[in-house]
Amino acid sequence: MNPKRSNAPIFWSLFGAGGTLAALVGPILVLITGIITPVGLWMPQAALSYERILTVAQHWAGKLFLLAVVSLFLWHAVHRIFHMLHDFGIHAGTGAKLLCYGSALLGTVIAAAALLAIGF
Amino acid sequence: MTVRKPYRRSMAGWWRKNPFFVRYMLRELTAPFVAIYAVILLVGLVRLAQGEAAYDAWFAALTHPASIAIHWLLLVAVVYHSVTMWQVMPKAMPPLKVAGRTLPELGVTALGLLATLTVSVMVYALVRWL
Amino acid sequence: MVETRTIEMEVLRYHPERDAEPHLQSYQVPFAHDMSVLQGLQYIKDHLDGSLTFRWSCRMAICGSCGHMVNGVPQLSCHTFLRDYFPGKVRVEPLNHFSILRDLAIDQNDFLKKLESIKPYIIPAENKPVESGEFLQTPAQLDRFYQFSQCINCLLCYSACPQYGLNSDFIGPGAMALLHRYNADSRDAGRAERMPIVNAEEGVWSCTLVGYCSEVCPKGVNPANAVNQNKMNSALDYFLSFVTSRGGGR
Repeated sequence: MNPKRSNAPIFWSLFGAGGTLAALVGPILVLITGIITPVGLWMPQAALSYERILTVAQHWAGKLFLLAVVSLFLWHAVHRIFHMLHDFGIHAGTGAKLLCYGSALLGTVIAAAALLAIGF
Repeated sequence: MTVRKPYRRSMAGWWRKNPFFVRYMLRELTAPFVAIYAVILLVGLVRLAQGEAAYDAWFAALTHPASIAIHWLLLVAVVYHSVTMWQVMPKAMPPLKVAGRTLPELGVTALGLLATLTVSVMVYALVRWL
Repeated sequence: MVETRTIEMEVLRYHPERDAEPHLQSYQVPFAHDMSVLQGLQYIKDHLDGSLTFRWSCRMAICGSCGHMVNGVPQLSCHTFLRDYFPGKVRVEPLNHFSILRDLAIDQNDFLKKLESIKPYIIPAENKPVESGEFLQTPAQLDRFYQFSQCINCLLCYSACPQYGLNSDFIGPGAMALLHRYNADSRDAGRAERMPIVNAEEGVWSCTLVGYCSEVCPKGVNPANAVNQNKMNSALDYFLSFVTSRGGGR
Protein backbone atom coordinates (compact mmCIF):
# COMPACT_ATOMS: atom_id res chain seq x y z
CA MET A 1 0.00 0.00 0.00
CA ASN A 2 1.53 3.28 -1.10
CA PRO A 3 -0.85 6.17 -0.45
CA LYS A 4 -0.29 9.42 -2.34
CA ARG A 5 1.58 12.16 -0.45
CA SER A 6 -0.67 15.11 0.39
CA ASN A 7 0.21 18.73 -0.41
CA ALA A 8 -1.58 19.85 2.73
CA PRO A 9 1.68 20.82 4.51
CA ILE A 10 1.95 23.99 2.37
CA PHE A 11 -1.46 25.27 3.35
CA TRP A 12 -1.23 23.98 6.90
CA SER A 13 2.04 25.80 7.52
CA LEU A 14 0.51 29.05 6.26
CA PHE A 15 -2.58 28.32 8.36
CA GLY A 16 -0.49 27.72 11.48
CA ALA A 17 1.69 30.79 10.98
CA GLY A 18 -1.37 32.97 10.37
CA GLY A 19 -3.22 31.49 13.31
CA THR A 20 -0.35 32.05 15.70
CA LEU A 21 0.20 35.61 14.46
CA ALA A 22 -3.53 36.30 14.77
CA ALA A 23 -3.53 34.86 18.28
CA LEU A 24 -0.65 37.14 19.29
CA VAL A 25 -1.49 40.47 17.60
CA GLY A 26 -5.10 40.02 16.42
CA PRO A 27 -6.88 41.32 19.51
CA ILE A 28 -4.69 44.39 20.01
CA LEU A 29 -4.77 45.31 16.30
CA VAL A 30 -8.57 45.09 16.14
CA LEU A 31 -8.80 47.12 19.35
CA ILE A 32 -6.40 49.80 18.14
CA THR A 33 -7.46 50.17 14.49
CA GLY A 34 -11.17 49.49 14.93
CA ILE A 35 -12.18 50.88 18.29
CA ILE A 36 -9.92 53.02 20.49
CA THR A 37 -8.17 55.11 17.83
CA PRO A 38 -11.29 55.98 15.79
CA VAL A 39 -13.03 57.15 18.98
CA GLY A 40 -9.87 58.68 20.42
CA LEU A 41 -10.02 56.67 23.67
CA TRP A 42 -6.59 55.91 25.23
CA MET A 43 -5.17 56.60 21.77
CA PRO A 44 -5.18 59.88 19.85
CA GLN A 45 -6.70 59.68 16.38
CA ALA A 46 -3.42 61.09 15.07
CA ALA A 47 -1.75 57.77 16.01
CA LEU A 48 -3.12 56.37 12.76
CA SER A 49 -2.62 59.51 10.68
CA TYR A 50 -1.63 59.27 7.01
CA GLU A 51 1.87 60.64 7.60
CA ARG A 52 2.57 58.29 10.49
CA ILE A 53 1.29 55.14 8.80
CA LEU A 54 2.97 56.07 5.53
CA THR A 55 6.28 56.31 7.40
CA VAL A 56 5.71 52.85 8.87
CA ALA A 57 4.75 51.40 5.48
CA GLN A 58 7.80 52.91 3.81
CA HIS A 59 10.17 51.14 6.22
CA TRP A 60 11.12 47.57 5.23
CA ALA A 61 10.19 46.28 8.70
CA GLY A 62 6.83 48.02 8.51
CA LYS A 63 6.22 46.51 5.08
CA LEU A 64 7.08 43.06 6.39
CA PHE A 65 4.75 43.39 9.37
CA LEU A 66 1.84 44.76 7.33
CA LEU A 67 2.25 42.12 4.62
CA ALA A 68 2.53 39.35 7.23
CA VAL A 69 -0.62 40.45 9.04
CA VAL A 70 -2.80 40.85 5.93
CA SER A 71 -1.48 37.83 4.06
CA LEU A 72 -1.11 35.30 6.87
CA PHE A 73 -4.49 36.25 8.41
CA LEU A 74 -6.05 35.51 5.00
CA TRP A 75 -4.19 32.19 4.50
CA HIS A 76 -5.24 31.13 7.99
CA ALA A 77 -8.89 32.09 7.47
CA VAL A 78 -9.38 30.48 4.04
CA HIS A 79 -7.85 27.17 5.18
CA ARG A 80 -10.27 27.00 8.09
CA ILE A 81 -13.23 28.12 5.97
CA PHE A 82 -12.45 25.47 3.35
CA HIS A 83 -12.34 22.71 5.99
CA MET A 84 -15.50 24.06 7.62
CA LEU A 85 -17.38 23.42 4.38
CA HIS A 86 -16.44 19.77 4.76
CA ASP A 87 -17.57 19.81 8.40
CA PHE A 88 -20.95 21.19 7.37
CA GLY A 89 -21.34 18.34 4.91
CA ILE A 90 -20.80 20.47 1.81
CA HIS A 91 -18.83 18.48 -0.74
CA ALA A 92 -16.27 21.17 -1.54
CA GLY A 93 -14.22 20.11 -4.54
CA THR A 94 -11.40 21.65 -6.56
CA GLY A 95 -13.55 24.68 -7.43
CA ALA A 96 -14.10 25.63 -3.80
CA LYS A 97 -10.42 24.96 -3.07
CA LEU A 98 -9.35 27.32 -5.86
CA LEU A 99 -11.83 29.98 -4.69
CA CYS A 100 -10.66 29.82 -1.06
CA TYR A 101 -6.90 29.64 -1.54
CA GLY A 102 -7.09 31.78 -4.65
CA SER A 103 -8.61 34.66 -2.72
CA ALA A 104 -5.82 34.45 -0.13
CA LEU A 105 -3.30 34.55 -2.97
CA LEU A 106 -5.12 37.52 -4.53
CA GLY A 107 -5.12 39.36 -1.19
CA THR A 108 -1.41 38.68 -0.77
CA VAL A 109 -0.61 39.99 -4.25
CA ILE A 110 -2.71 43.14 -3.78
CA ALA A 111 -1.09 43.83 -0.39
CA ALA A 112 2.39 43.33 -1.83
CA ALA A 113 1.58 45.59 -4.79
CA ALA A 114 0.22 48.33 -2.53
CA LEU A 115 3.27 48.14 -0.29
CA LEU A 116 5.59 48.33 -3.29
CA ALA A 117 3.63 51.27 -4.73
CA ILE A 118 4.03 53.11 -1.41
CA GLY A 119 7.77 52.97 -2.00
CA PHE A 120 10.65 53.55 0.40
CA MET B 1 -26.17 -18.13 10.04
CA THR B 2 -27.59 -14.62 10.25
CA VAL B 3 -27.44 -12.67 7.03
CA ARG B 4 -25.28 -9.55 7.33
CA LYS B 5 -26.89 -6.17 6.58
CA PRO B 6 -24.75 -3.54 8.30
CA TYR B 7 -26.61 -0.29 9.01
CA ARG B 8 -24.87 3.05 8.46
CA ARG B 9 -26.16 6.03 10.45
CA SER B 10 -26.33 9.56 9.05
CA MET B 11 -23.86 12.31 10.03
CA ALA B 12 -26.45 15.05 9.44
CA GLY B 13 -26.43 17.69 12.18
CA TRP B 14 -23.58 15.95 14.00
CA TRP B 15 -22.14 19.13 15.45
CA ARG B 16 -25.43 20.18 17.04
CA LYS B 17 -25.68 17.00 19.12
CA ASN B 18 -22.83 17.61 21.56
CA PRO B 19 -21.76 20.85 23.36
CA PHE B 20 -18.12 19.95 22.66
CA PHE B 21 -18.80 20.04 18.92
CA VAL B 22 -20.76 23.30 19.20
CA ARG B 23 -17.72 24.90 20.83
CA TYR B 24 -15.53 23.43 18.06
CA MET B 25 -17.76 25.01 15.41
CA LEU B 26 -17.67 28.36 17.23
CA ARG B 27 -13.89 28.13 17.22
CA GLU B 28 -13.82 27.41 13.49
CA LEU B 29 -16.36 30.17 12.85
CA THR B 30 -13.84 32.78 14.04
CA ALA B 31 -12.16 32.30 10.65
CA PRO B 32 -14.54 34.43 8.54
CA PHE B 33 -14.14 37.24 11.09
CA VAL B 34 -10.33 37.06 10.86
CA ALA B 35 -10.76 37.23 7.07
CA ILE B 36 -13.05 40.25 7.27
CA TYR B 37 -10.55 42.12 9.44
CA ALA B 38 -7.69 41.23 7.08
CA VAL B 39 -9.73 42.64 4.18
CA ILE B 40 -10.42 45.85 6.13
CA LEU B 41 -6.66 46.24 6.62
CA LEU B 42 -6.02 45.34 2.99
CA VAL B 43 -8.37 48.10 1.86
CA GLY B 44 -6.49 50.45 4.20
CA LEU B 45 -3.19 49.47 2.55
CA VAL B 46 -4.60 50.13 -0.91
CA ARG B 47 -6.00 53.50 0.23
CA LEU B 48 -2.61 54.32 1.74
CA ALA B 49 -1.01 53.68 -1.64
CA GLN B 50 -3.63 55.88 -3.31
CA GLY B 51 -2.70 58.97 -1.31
CA GLU B 52 -3.73 61.12 1.64
CA ALA B 53 -7.32 61.83 0.59
CA ALA B 54 -8.08 58.14 -0.01
CA TYR B 55 -6.48 57.06 3.26
CA ASP B 56 -8.27 59.76 5.27
CA ALA B 57 -11.58 58.59 3.79
CA TRP B 58 -10.78 55.01 4.91
CA PHE B 59 -9.98 56.18 8.41
CA ALA B 60 -13.11 58.38 8.51
CA ALA B 61 -15.19 55.29 7.67
CA LEU B 62 -13.61 53.55 10.68
CA THR B 63 -14.99 56.27 12.96
CA HIS B 64 -18.56 55.52 11.82
CA PRO B 65 -20.67 53.96 14.62
CA ALA B 66 -21.49 51.01 12.37
CA SER B 67 -17.79 50.34 11.91
CA ILE B 68 -17.16 50.56 15.66
CA ALA B 69 -20.00 48.09 16.25
CA ILE B 70 -18.61 45.69 13.64
CA HIS B 71 -15.17 45.91 15.23
CA TRP B 72 -16.57 45.04 18.65
CA LEU B 73 -17.91 41.87 17.00
CA LEU B 74 -14.55 41.28 15.31
CA LEU B 75 -12.81 41.82 18.66
CA VAL B 76 -14.92 39.15 20.37
CA ALA B 77 -14.21 36.74 17.51
CA VAL B 78 -10.46 37.44 17.42
CA VAL B 79 -10.14 37.15 21.20
CA TYR B 80 -11.99 33.80 21.06
CA HIS B 81 -9.64 32.77 18.25
CA SER B 82 -6.67 33.65 20.45
CA VAL B 83 -7.98 31.86 23.56
CA THR B 84 -8.95 28.70 21.66
CA MET B 85 -5.62 28.68 19.79
CA TRP B 86 -3.70 28.58 23.07
CA GLN B 87 -6.12 25.96 24.45
CA VAL B 88 -5.43 23.72 21.49
CA MET B 89 -1.68 24.46 21.15
CA PRO B 90 -0.53 21.87 23.76
CA LYS B 91 -2.18 19.15 21.68
CA ALA B 92 -0.11 20.15 18.67
CA MET B 93 3.31 19.97 20.31
CA PRO B 94 5.46 17.44 22.10
CA PRO B 95 5.34 17.83 25.90
CA LEU B 96 7.34 20.80 27.26
CA LYS B 97 9.79 19.90 30.00
CA VAL B 98 10.50 22.49 32.66
CA ALA B 99 13.12 21.53 35.27
CA GLY B 100 12.67 17.85 34.47
CA ARG B 101 8.91 17.90 34.89
CA THR B 102 6.32 17.90 32.11
CA LEU B 103 4.37 21.14 31.84
CA PRO B 104 0.61 20.42 31.99
CA GLU B 105 -1.58 21.54 29.09
CA LEU B 106 -2.91 24.43 31.16
CA GLY B 107 0.67 25.64 31.53
CA VAL B 108 1.17 25.86 27.77
CA THR B 109 -2.16 27.71 27.44
CA ALA B 110 -1.17 30.12 30.21
CA LEU B 111 2.17 30.81 28.47
CA GLY B 112 0.32 31.52 25.23
CA LEU B 113 -2.12 33.91 26.86
CA LEU B 114 0.80 35.62 28.59
CA ALA B 115 2.52 35.99 25.22
CA THR B 116 -0.61 37.59 23.74
CA LEU B 117 -0.87 39.96 26.72
CA THR B 118 2.81 40.92 26.51
CA VAL B 119 2.73 41.48 22.74
CA SER B 120 -0.51 43.48 23.11
CA VAL B 121 1.08 45.81 25.66
CA MET B 122 4.18 46.21 23.45
CA VAL B 123 2.12 46.99 20.34
CA TYR B 124 -0.03 49.48 22.26
CA ALA B 125 3.07 51.22 23.60
CA LEU B 126 4.65 51.31 20.13
CA VAL B 127 1.58 52.83 18.51
CA ARG B 128 0.96 55.25 21.35
CA TRP B 129 4.42 56.54 22.05
CA LEU B 130 6.90 55.74 19.31
CA MET C 1 -32.82 -1.55 54.39
CA VAL C 2 -31.86 0.05 51.09
CA GLU C 3 -34.73 0.44 48.63
CA THR C 4 -34.01 -0.78 45.11
CA ARG C 5 -34.41 2.02 42.61
CA THR C 6 -35.45 1.47 38.99
CA ILE C 7 -34.00 3.30 36.03
CA GLU C 8 -35.25 3.36 32.45
CA MET C 9 -32.71 2.15 29.89
CA GLU C 10 -33.41 2.86 26.23
CA VAL C 11 -31.34 0.57 24.08
CA LEU C 12 -30.92 0.69 20.32
CA ARG C 13 -32.07 -2.54 18.72
CA TYR C 14 -31.35 -3.72 15.20
CA HIS C 15 -31.72 -7.17 13.67
CA PRO C 16 -30.24 -7.35 10.16
CA GLU C 17 -32.70 -9.98 8.96
CA ARG C 18 -35.86 -8.41 10.37
CA ASP C 19 -35.35 -4.65 10.65
CA ALA C 20 -35.13 -2.02 7.94
CA GLU C 21 -33.86 0.46 10.52
CA PRO C 22 -32.71 0.47 14.14
CA HIS C 23 -35.15 1.55 16.86
CA LEU C 24 -34.99 2.26 20.57
CA GLN C 25 -36.43 -0.20 23.07
CA SER C 26 -37.15 0.70 26.68
CA TYR C 27 -36.45 -1.46 29.71
CA GLN C 28 -37.06 -0.87 33.42
CA VAL C 29 -33.90 -1.91 35.22
CA PRO C 30 -33.65 -2.20 39.01
CA PHE C 31 -30.21 -1.01 40.03
CA ALA C 32 -27.91 -0.82 43.00
CA HIS C 33 -25.61 2.11 43.72
CA ASP C 34 -22.54 0.44 42.25
CA MET C 35 -24.08 -0.90 39.04
CA SER C 36 -22.51 0.05 35.75
CA VAL C 37 -24.33 0.58 32.45
CA LEU C 38 -22.79 -2.74 31.36
CA GLN C 39 -24.35 -4.47 34.35
CA GLY C 40 -27.63 -2.84 33.36
CA LEU C 41 -27.31 -4.36 29.88
CA GLN C 42 -26.46 -7.71 31.44
CA TYR C 43 -29.54 -7.48 33.66
CA ILE C 44 -31.67 -6.88 30.56
CA LYS C 45 -30.12 -9.86 28.79
CA ASP C 46 -30.37 -12.15 31.80
CA HIS C 47 -33.88 -11.23 32.99
CA LEU C 48 -35.80 -9.15 30.46
CA ASP C 49 -34.71 -9.82 26.88
CA GLY C 50 -32.24 -12.57 26.07
CA SER C 51 -31.94 -11.42 22.46
CA LEU C 52 -30.02 -8.24 23.32
CA THR C 53 -26.57 -8.42 21.72
CA PHE C 54 -23.53 -6.50 22.96
CA ARG C 55 -19.78 -7.00 23.39
CA TRP C 56 -18.07 -7.07 26.78
CA SER C 57 -15.34 -8.91 28.58
CA CYS C 58 -13.21 -7.73 31.49
CA ARG C 59 -15.73 -5.44 33.26
CA MET C 60 -12.79 -3.31 34.43
CA ALA C 61 -11.94 -0.86 31.65
CA ILE C 62 -8.90 -2.68 30.28
CA CYS C 63 -10.11 -4.92 27.45
CA GLY C 64 -11.76 -2.21 25.40
CA SER C 65 -14.74 -4.37 24.37
CA CYS C 66 -17.72 -2.57 25.90
CA GLY C 67 -17.61 0.80 24.17
CA HIS C 68 -21.09 2.28 23.64
CA MET C 69 -22.75 5.66 23.21
CA VAL C 70 -24.32 6.50 26.56
CA ASN C 71 -26.63 9.51 26.23
CA GLY C 72 -24.74 10.54 23.14
CA VAL C 73 -21.24 10.31 24.62
CA PRO C 74 -18.76 7.52 23.80
CA GLN C 75 -18.08 5.61 27.02
CA LEU C 76 -16.87 2.25 28.27
CA SER C 77 -20.15 0.93 29.65
CA CYS C 78 -18.35 -0.95 32.44
CA HIS C 79 -16.86 2.36 33.50
CA THR C 80 -20.12 4.35 33.44
CA PHE C 81 -22.60 4.20 36.29
CA LEU C 82 -26.40 4.15 36.29
CA ARG C 83 -26.58 6.23 39.48
CA ASP C 84 -25.10 9.21 37.61
CA TYR C 85 -28.06 9.33 35.22
CA PHE C 86 -30.91 8.58 37.65
CA PRO C 87 -33.70 9.72 37.66
CA GLY C 88 -33.15 10.49 33.97
CA LYS C 89 -33.11 7.85 31.25
CA VAL C 90 -30.00 6.06 30.07
CA ARG C 91 -29.86 5.78 26.31
CA VAL C 92 -27.40 3.15 25.08
CA GLU C 93 -26.48 3.07 21.39
CA PRO C 94 -23.73 1.46 19.34
CA LEU C 95 -20.51 3.48 18.95
CA ASN C 96 -20.96 6.29 16.43
CA HIS C 97 -19.35 6.27 13.00
CA PHE C 98 -19.32 2.47 12.69
CA SER C 99 -21.83 0.31 10.84
CA ILE C 100 -24.22 -1.54 13.09
CA LEU C 101 -24.05 -5.32 12.68
CA ARG C 102 -26.65 -6.19 15.30
CA ASP C 103 -28.08 -4.28 18.30
CA LEU C 104 -25.03 -2.72 20.00
CA ALA C 105 -22.39 -4.66 18.08
CA ILE C 106 -20.53 -2.64 15.43
CA ASP C 107 -18.30 -3.59 12.52
CA GLN C 108 -14.71 -3.19 13.72
CA ASN C 109 -13.01 -4.41 10.55
CA ASP C 110 -12.08 -0.97 9.26
CA PHE C 111 -10.14 -0.20 12.42
CA LEU C 112 -8.48 -3.63 12.45
CA LYS C 113 -7.27 -3.10 8.89
CA LYS C 114 -5.92 0.32 9.76
CA LEU C 115 -4.22 -1.03 12.87
CA GLU C 116 -2.42 -3.66 10.79
CA SER C 117 -1.41 -1.11 8.18
CA ILE C 118 0.59 1.06 10.60
CA LYS C 119 2.92 -1.84 11.47
CA PRO C 120 2.14 -1.98 15.20
CA TYR C 121 5.37 -3.69 16.26
CA ILE C 122 8.98 -2.79 16.93
CA ILE C 123 10.97 -2.65 13.70
CA PRO C 124 14.55 -2.69 15.00
CA ALA C 125 17.47 -1.08 13.19
CA GLU C 126 19.15 -4.47 13.00
CA ASN C 127 17.96 -7.95 13.83
CA LYS C 128 19.83 -8.70 17.04
CA PRO C 129 19.94 -12.34 18.17
CA VAL C 130 18.49 -13.10 21.60
CA GLU C 131 21.98 -13.91 22.91
CA SER C 132 23.14 -10.31 22.36
CA GLY C 133 20.94 -9.26 25.26
CA GLU C 134 18.07 -6.87 25.93
CA PHE C 135 17.44 -3.41 24.54
CA LEU C 136 18.38 -0.86 27.16
CA GLN C 137 16.02 2.06 27.69
CA THR C 138 16.20 4.98 30.08
CA PRO C 139 13.12 6.26 31.96
CA ALA C 140 13.24 9.37 29.75
CA GLN C 141 13.13 7.20 26.61
CA LEU C 142 10.20 5.25 28.04
CA ASP C 143 8.43 8.49 28.89
CA ARG C 144 8.45 9.52 25.20
CA PHE C 145 6.03 6.78 24.16
CA TYR C 146 4.53 5.33 27.36
CA GLN C 147 1.30 7.35 27.29
CA PHE C 148 0.53 6.19 23.74
CA SER C 149 1.14 2.55 24.66
CA GLN C 150 -1.81 2.66 27.04
CA CYS C 151 -4.31 2.37 24.18
CA ILE C 152 -6.77 -0.50 24.66
CA ASN C 153 -8.22 -0.31 21.14
CA CYS C 154 -11.66 0.51 22.53
CA LEU C 155 -12.64 2.70 19.53
CA LEU C 156 -14.16 5.49 21.67
CA CYS C 157 -11.84 7.97 19.91
CA TYR C 158 -13.17 6.90 16.48
CA SER C 159 -16.68 7.44 17.77
CA ALA C 160 -15.67 10.86 19.02
CA CYS C 161 -13.98 11.91 15.81
CA PRO C 162 -16.34 13.72 13.40
CA GLN C 163 -13.70 13.64 10.65
CA TYR C 164 -13.71 9.84 10.80
CA GLY C 165 -17.51 9.94 10.78
CA LEU C 166 -17.50 12.17 7.71
CA ASN C 167 -14.76 10.20 5.93
CA SER C 168 -13.99 6.66 7.02
CA ASP C 169 -10.81 6.65 4.90
CA PHE C 170 -9.19 8.76 7.63
CA ILE C 171 -6.61 6.63 9.45
CA GLY C 172 -8.12 7.89 12.70
CA PRO C 173 -6.90 8.81 16.19
CA GLY C 174 -6.32 5.33 17.63
CA ALA C 175 -4.21 4.02 14.77
CA MET C 176 -2.17 7.25 14.77
CA ALA C 177 -1.62 7.01 18.52
CA LEU C 178 -0.24 3.51 18.04
CA LEU C 179 1.81 4.56 15.04
CA HIS C 180 3.34 7.32 17.16
CA ARG C 181 3.89 4.88 20.03
CA TYR C 182 6.23 2.87 17.83
CA ASN C 183 7.92 5.82 16.14
CA ALA C 184 8.64 7.35 19.54
CA ASP C 185 10.08 4.13 20.96
CA SER C 186 13.89 4.23 21.03
CA ARG C 187 14.02 0.54 20.12
CA ASP C 188 12.18 1.20 16.84
CA ALA C 189 13.70 2.24 13.53
CA GLY C 190 10.62 1.90 11.32
CA ARG C 191 9.66 5.59 11.10
CA ALA C 192 10.43 5.86 7.38
CA GLU C 193 8.25 2.85 6.63
CA ARG C 194 5.30 4.42 8.43
CA MET C 195 5.66 7.92 6.94
CA PRO C 196 3.65 7.30 3.72
CA ILE C 197 0.57 6.62 5.86
CA VAL C 198 1.23 9.75 7.95
CA ASN C 199 1.83 11.93 4.89
CA ALA C 200 -1.31 10.93 2.99
CA GLU C 201 -4.46 13.07 2.90
CA GLU C 202 -6.16 10.29 4.84
CA GLY C 203 -3.26 10.30 7.28
CA VAL C 204 -2.81 13.20 9.67
CA TRP C 205 -4.15 15.71 7.14
CA SER C 206 -7.79 14.73 7.61
CA CYS C 207 -7.60 15.89 11.25
CA THR C 208 -8.89 19.36 12.14
CA LEU C 209 -7.96 19.12 15.81
CA VAL C 210 -11.47 18.84 17.15
CA GLY C 211 -9.80 17.20 20.13
CA TYR C 212 -12.81 15.22 21.30
CA CYS C 213 -10.87 11.98 20.86
CA SER C 214 -8.54 12.88 23.72
CA GLU C 215 -11.50 14.02 25.77
CA VAL C 216 -13.22 10.61 25.64
CA CYS C 217 -10.17 8.34 25.85
CA PRO C 218 -10.56 6.23 29.02
CA LYS C 219 -6.79 5.69 29.26
CA GLY C 220 -5.48 9.23 28.87
CA VAL C 221 -3.65 8.33 25.67
CA ASN C 222 -4.21 11.78 24.14
CA PRO C 223 -4.50 10.60 20.51
CA ALA C 224 -5.06 14.21 19.36
CA ASN C 225 -1.50 14.89 20.46
CA ALA C 226 -0.17 11.89 18.52
CA VAL C 227 -1.93 13.01 15.34
CA ASN C 228 -0.98 16.68 15.61
CA GLN C 229 2.65 16.15 16.63
CA ASN C 230 2.89 14.17 13.41
CA LYS C 231 1.51 17.05 11.37
CA MET C 232 4.77 18.83 12.17
CA ASN C 233 6.75 15.70 11.35
CA SER C 234 4.86 15.26 8.10
CA ALA C 235 5.32 18.92 7.12
CA LEU C 236 9.07 18.71 7.80
CA ASP C 237 9.21 15.48 5.80
CA TYR C 238 7.32 17.19 2.97
CA PHE C 239 9.60 20.24 2.72
CA LEU C 240 12.73 18.13 3.19
CA SER C 241 11.66 15.91 0.28
CA PHE C 242 12.21 18.87 -2.07
CA VAL C 243 15.68 19.54 -0.72
CA THR C 244 16.92 15.97 -0.60
CA SER C 245 16.26 13.48 -3.38
CA ARG C 246 14.07 11.28 -1.21
CA GLY C 247 11.45 9.21 -2.94
CA GLY C 248 9.18 8.14 -0.10
CA GLY C 249 5.63 7.70 -1.33
CA ARG C 250 5.33 10.64 -3.75
